[in-house]
Amino acid sequence: MNLSESFLTALDSILANKMRAVLTMLGVIIGVASVIALMALGTGFTADITDQIADIGTNLLMISTDFDNSGGYKTLSMSDVDALSNPLNTPDIDSVSANVGGMQIVAANGDSMSTSVSGVTANYLAMNGLAAFQLGGDLTENDVDTKARVAVLGAGIASDLFGDTFPIGEDVKVNGVGYEIVGVLEESGGGLAGNTDDSVFLPITTAQSRIYTERTRSGDKIISSITANAASAKQVERAIEQVTLTLRDTHNISYGDEDDFSIFDQTSLLDTISTVTASLTAFLGAIAAISLVVGGIGIMNIMLVSVTERTREIGIRKAVGALRRDILAQFLLESLVLSLLGGGIGIMLGWGLAAIGSSLFDIVAIVEFSTVMMSFGFAAAVGLIFGIYPAWRAASLRPIEALRYE
Amino acid sequence: MSKNSKTAVINMTNITKSYEMGTQVVHALRGVDVSIKKGEMVAIMGPSGSGKSTLMNIIGCLDVPSSGEYHLDQIDVSTMDDDEQARIRNKRIGFVFQQFNLLPRTSALKQAALPLMYSGYSLSERNQRAREALEQVGLGDRTDHRPDELSGGQQQRVAIARAIAANPSIILADEPTGALDTKTGEEILDLFEEFNKQGMTIIMVTHDPEVAERAERTIWLRDGLIVE
Repeated sequence: MNLSESFLTALDSILANKMRAVLTMLGVIIGVASVIALMALGTGFTADITDQIADIGTNLLMISTDFDNSGGYKTLSMSDVDALSNPLNTPDIDSVSANVGGMQIVAANGDSMSTSVSGVTANYLAMNGLAAFQLGGDLTENDVDTKARVAVLGAGIASDLFGDTFPIGEDVKVNGVGYEIVGVLEESGGGLAGNTDDSVFLPITTAQSRIYTERTRSGDKIISSITANAASAKQVERAIEQVTLTLRDTHNISYGDEDDFSIFDQTSLLDTISTVTASLTAFLGAIAAISLVVGGIGIMNIMLVSVTERTREIGIRKAVGALRRDILAQFLLESLVLSLLGGGIGIMLGWGLAAIGSSLFDIVAIVEFSTVMMSFGFAAAVGLIFGIYPAWRAASLRPIEALRYE
Repeated sequence: MSKNSKTAVINMTNITKSYEMGTQVVHALRGVDVSIKKGEMVAIMGPSGSGKSTLMNIIGCLDVPSSGEYHLDQIDVSTMDDDEQARIRNKRIGFVFQQFNLLPRTSALKQAALPLMYSGYSLSERNQRAREALEQVGLGDRTDHRPDELSGGQQQRVAIARAIAANPSIILADEPTGALDTKTGEEILDLFEEFNKQGMTIIMVTHDPEVAERAERTIWLRDGLIVE
């Protein structure tokens, strides 16, 4: 008997026992569905995080003081910002922003609290993906040039201090000095740039003359960090080199000495996060795979019961001339068909679950073709592996005893 | 008629069969000689425990003897392995059982075609031959019926159609009327007689003297030996 005959025989037998078939498939259906759904949600979650980073801008370089090599002094200053802004020094960088910050007492409406207060250049919020305003607008170049006493508030601190009061035009006091509120940011949540919901942003010049008056050893006004934007992702590496050369020059670092600053770029962050989320996805997949194995054991159980239940049928088939391999093929194909069918149903169910999960967790679940193929392949393997023993039992039955079986 | 051609379909010499049951050895057959010619209709009788079933199993190539030689169609089948025996059963032996032994939830046509499927006939050819076999047993109009839609007599006819479909050398019937009422049993025996008249070799294992009466001769077994 050839394989297609065995396949038809197996199919006949499955169709003759639909209830049993469904129960047998249930384990595989649940296993495959959970693999698909969990992997899809994991992948969607990864994409979500990656998008968040991309929102900030993957071309951004964060430059800050390396205190290990600076003798404990802050080394970055506005003259560094000027040097980096010069296209002759850094042709692959198209914009540079700076900030200086720390914790300060902030008060308004009789409430006061300690929170982060930063002095920033006019382009800082836009470059860091924060320039989304629920009220008012951004700090301007003019604010910076005139050391204006204006402030932009994060969503959290704005509602803490003002509640239902319309904050634009009101004053917020930092260390007792009033600043007129010109803008309130949208809620950013705990984004990767840090939680800015409770931050207060002032023009950098204002902050430097009123709050952060520290100077570097060479007498420049200090800043906390510089954000530089490479013109494109391809130019990031060259931009890092240019920043390094420029800053070593402005800081007068001798050949062979270590940099007194460090440069952090988003691609390395992206890599790290991708690795983390990939292992998370793999972990979820592994848990789901366990349920698939349990499903396989379910198939084996029911197939074993089915072999016992159909002992007489096997006896009849053998009596009229079925060879060992005919019976083996019939039962193996039966468990294979059941597991593949279960796999197919499981994929559709998993797809549905992923869709439900998408709306539940507010991410876009992504069902990848490779996941579908993998779970389908896994289901087939489960059917084969767990079908072998029952099929072997069936094929080994002796016709005399099988015929006598009641 | 082929009955007179004197060729032995079955030739058994000094067949023995012993089983080990725990520490005891049971001698089911103690040296049996059987010769059955082509076209004969033979009954094998004997009380339970006489070795009747063991002899039937060996004749039907469902079991091998402990010693002795068994030639079926001049082929030595006494030392065959499982798959070789299966091929012999498939082509040369048609079984009819007391309990019909039909596949559940399967149409009469598929039942009758079952041996042909295992010998590799194409679907159209085996359906053709199975249909002819069902017509020969008078069930030409019941090809799509499943066992639970057929009477006992009709089920046994399906079983007979399955037995003759592959045109075997012998029909081996184990108590073929045991589960049927007298009238239906008679009809089944009539059918066997008819096939026998057409030249088919029929061997019936029974303890019913009325069944044995229909045979041309009876082989009597007692305590694992043939008695006359």
